[in-house]
Amino acid sequence: MPASAAQPSLRLEAALQLLQHSGVALPPGEPMSQPWLQGLVDALCELSSRDPLTGLADSRQFELALAREVDRVARAGEPALLLVIDIDHFKAVNDTYGHAVGDQVLRAVARALSETIRPMDTVARIGGEEFALILPNCAPAFGQAVAERMRQRVERRMVPIGVDNQQALRVTVSVGGAFAPQWVRSSAALWIERADIQLYRAKNEGRNRACLEQPPVSDVSAEEKGLLFGTSQFQDLQ
Amino acid sequence: MNQEAKMPGRILAVTSGKGGVGKTFVSANLAAALARRGERVLVLDADLGLANLDVVLNLFPKITLHDVFTGKVPLEQAILPAPGGFSVLLAGSGMVEYSRLTPEVRDQLQTVVENVAPRYDRVLLDTGAGISDVVLYAVSLAHDVMVVATPEPTSLTDAYATIKVLATQQRRTHIQLLVNQVSRAGEGRVIRGQLQQVIDRYVSNALPEPLKLEFVGEVPTDGAVREAIQKRQLLMDCFPGCAASQALVGVAAKIAE
Repeated sequence: MPASAAQPSLRLEAALQLLQHSGVALPPGEPMSQPWLQGLVDALCELSSRDPLTGLADSRQFELALAREVDRVARAGEPALLLVIDIDHFKAVNDTYGHAVGDQVLRAVARALSETIRPMDTVARIGGEEFALILPNCAPAFGQAVAERMRQRVERRMVPIGVDNQQALRVTVSVGGAFAPQWVRSSAALWIERADIQLYRAKNEGRNRACLEQPPVSDVSAEEKGLLFGTSQFQDLQ
Repeated sequence: MNQEAKMPGRILAVTSGKGGVGKTFVSANLAAALARRGERVLVLDADLGLANLDVVLNLFPKITLHDVFTGKVPLEQAILPAPGGFSVLLAGSGMVEYSRLTPEVRDQLQTVVENVAPRYDRVLLDTGAGISDVVLYAVSLAHDVMVVATPEPTSLTDAYATIKVLATQQRRTHIQLLVNQVSRAGEGRVIRGQLQQVIDRYVSNALPEPLKLEFVGEVPTDGAVREAIQKRQLLMDCFPGCAASQALVGVAAKIAE
């Protein structure tokens, strides 16, 4: 059906108002043209997949991204890291300073996390004070460093609070992480469970730390690799 | 011939260090080649997490290992005839929950393997890749193990890592090596030599008995393989005369020796 045929019955005021209120730019182009309507739908989709408080991906978007990554990793064998991040003693922040400050803390942590990721990574708010990150193509050797960088970035951030931002608050996070098993079809639920186990470990070991699941070790040393590829016999074939 | 002299139910695990090296392709076509030699062969899709034997064989199973594991159907009903004259037990793709080795998965897999083995001359376990606990456990159920590798460096490093783990954890003293996708004749033997050399130096010294890597053959890179896979047919059926088919016939002969 051509777009023009649908025009008279489309009531878009609420949609446009919602976008404007959320600070999302209205689509360019001739109003009611097909590209304009497509832009409007895209903007609404984008808006509906965002957590309103922090602007991060919401839990639905996160689940979609996670399922996609599980499929990709299963066959491509690329390492991918999932981090789950929980703000330490967040209830105490809410109880002591009130929910408005709690929200400020959530936004500050979200910003800190967003600043440390690459464009292809997904960062989401998946629960009250819980965040998750999907890092595709992240080498296992770098996992601990990446998680640690996230933790430090939050720890160093001073969150200005109070009516005129006169006070500053410091919060910490606990981080749990697990790599998707390579060459294995796993499920999103199992992957989250494995990262969650590490998050509990980080909490139990005293919070404000990053714990990653240790992948199975196949310790092939540099000397072994050297001998495997180094001799002239093999190089003749290359 | 001397079929009577052989013990039935010989279990061979086909595994690899890295995924995507043609493990399932080798399992299916090797089974067909063994069947042609008169063996009763069953291929069990032990890659419970990433089952794709059904895809390779173009089968659309209604009943899978999952139904056997959950007790919905008896084992007999899940054993299906495959093109190529052998039988298969498929995992299907709904088995994500088995990508972790729980005591239940352990017991169920072991029971199935023990039940089917005596009914066949040979059972091939098409396992997953790598050294996860599910893969290592599936391999531990087999008498013999064949590692499939390609000449590509990552594949060789991962193959070496797998061989090392099998030698140290499972005390294997004999592992078969099949080199897939070789670009020139003789490459497979050279690779076996390289691997054996590193094993002798870094693995065998820590073992009560040295580990011998047996070269069972090389399969050349062959356009017919890609074509057969795209047609979702056995290479042995659609291009029996091609170089890769003949190489697999040779591997079957070597294994059946």
